[in-house]
Amino acid sequence: MGRPVAIIGSGQSNHGKRFDVTYPELVKEAVDAVFENTGISPEDIDGVVFGTMPSMMEGVALTHLYFADVLRAEGKPILKTETCGSTGISLAITGYYWVASGMADLVLVVGSEKMNEGDPQATMTTVLEPFYQRSFIAGAPGVFSMQSQAWSARFGIPEEKIRDAATRLSIDHHNDAFDNPHAHIKKRLTEDEVNNARIITYPVRLWDVCPASDGACAVLFASEEMAKKLGINAAWVKGIGYSGEEYWFGDSDKVEWQCAIDAAKQAYDMAGIKNPRKELDVAEVYNPFTFQELLYYECFGFCDFGEACDLTLKGVFSREGELPCDPSGGVLCTNPIGATGLNRVAEAALQVTGQADSRQIPGAKQALAHAMGGVVQFNGVMILGSEQ
Amino acid sequence: MAEKQDFYILEDEVSIPYQNAYGPTWTRFFEGFKKEKIYGSRCLKCNRVLVPARSYCPRCFIEVEDVIEVSQEGAIVSWCLTEYEYFGMPTKPPFISALIRLDGTDAEFVHLVGGIDLSDPEYVRKTVKTGMKVKAVWKEEKTGHILDIKYFAPVK
Repeated sequence: MGRPVAIIGSGQSNHGKRFDVTYPELVKEAVDAVFENTGISPEDIDGVVFGTMPSMMEGVALTHLYFADVLRAEGKPILKTETCGSTGISLAITGYYWVASGMADLVLVVGSEKMNEGDPQATMTTVLEPFYQRSFIAGAPGVFSMQSQAWSARFGIPEEKIRDAATRLSIDHHNDAFDNPHAHIKKRLTEDEVNNARIITYPVRLWDVCPASDGACAVLFASEEMAKKLGINAAWVKGIGYSGEEYWFGDSDKVEWQCAIDAAKQAYDMAGIKNPRKELDVAEVYNPFTFQELLYYECFGFCDFGEACDLTLKGVFSREGELPCDPSGGVLCTNPIGATGLNRVAEAALQVTGQADSRQIPGAKQALAHAMGGVVQFNGVMILGSEQ
Repeated sequence: MAEKQDFYILEDEVSIPYQNAYGPTWTRFFEGFKKEKIYGSRCLKCNRVLVPARSYCPRCFIEVEDVIEVSQEGAIVSWCLTEYEYFGMPTKPPFISALIRLDGTDAEFVHLVGGIDLSDPEYVRKTVKTGMKVKAVWKEEKTGHILDIKYFAPVK
């Protein structure tokens, strides 16, 4: 076990269609915000961690070179971490390792994406090898739809019940987004609008799917000594977990989904959590698709397999429920992929330090942040607490 | 927030040709396609039959038995109907992707389900079911490509 590590602040750009700025200017918004929010000077940083989805997203490769200036990385070590959709949580874990190892006291961690400059699904399809899977996977929605269909078949969950629960999540999260000044899509939706929206990949419809967003997120990780010296209200990293699976989509079970189960278990064990639904106060679950969010509740032990729809419909995971999930509106409303997982960490840190403003869950002391990547191949979890 | 037209936009395109090596196992697999055969591999340690054929077991990490022919029939484990299109999409919508467990194998094979009318999603939803039996339908002209199988059609 390494040294204790704190998150001492974060900064998010405005997310949306950002044709008003260049890509480095977008990253600069988040980096400037984290320094402004914490009062820390870029000179005090020991190193920088940066990551995105595949560089083809914006047509420029190895963007950490392009962004070295706005990342304030001159004269400092810079690391790139890239694990597809889970990039953001992998960035956080990289920052954690760097400080926990004792090799750095203050690390700037930044993730970004400008998805509207290219074709996100065309880019993501190149994550797949060209011999076999690329012809069939149909981008991210295809993968998640097949996962959802397998889940409903395994546990005999009626299609209508899944639809109802997914609709509830969609309505709630698009509402929640109004309380998040950084969110991209904010919309008051009716059941009819969600249920009858255009089909993307059956059973997934338009309001079940995250948008393509432009945005950046920056988070500062500090050692205990540094956090105490600065006297900042910090969130403490209580647990981390990350697990990957074999490559081929058809080789492993994506319903009782081992890498999601294991990532959560590693993080819970490290944080000493036995009953996550009781011991967590809020969770920022990576939810690019409503259907997948339901499956995560089960894989993370928030409930048993087959129970997520019923509990969602009872309001267990809503803002006033037992374990509020994604009070920020989550990935469903804002998805600049390379930043998305780090947004979950930033939001969880805001919650446990009481700084989440109108989306604050009252008294939140322990939070989960999560992201997923690859063709449902990787999952990463970080637990943050208000006490060291 | 500023709208797109407020600032200049550079229209750019990056296009790069690739030559991706199939290697010996994929080459054998697609030689099989030319003869209307689907090849898998049996791991001698965990005894799983994996399809497509491969040179090592990703769990046991030992070399696997040489390619074996597997059944062209199986059952749908999961499916989805794709109704949207993106740039360069290799298969044009509407189409049904599916995870298919070919008889006697231990991994799902990803391919298309076809031979049914795809124009009405409601009809598709009522017709395509998990557990449904399907069988490979081959193209007339085969080039040693994954789409030499046109699709898997419901077994009557």
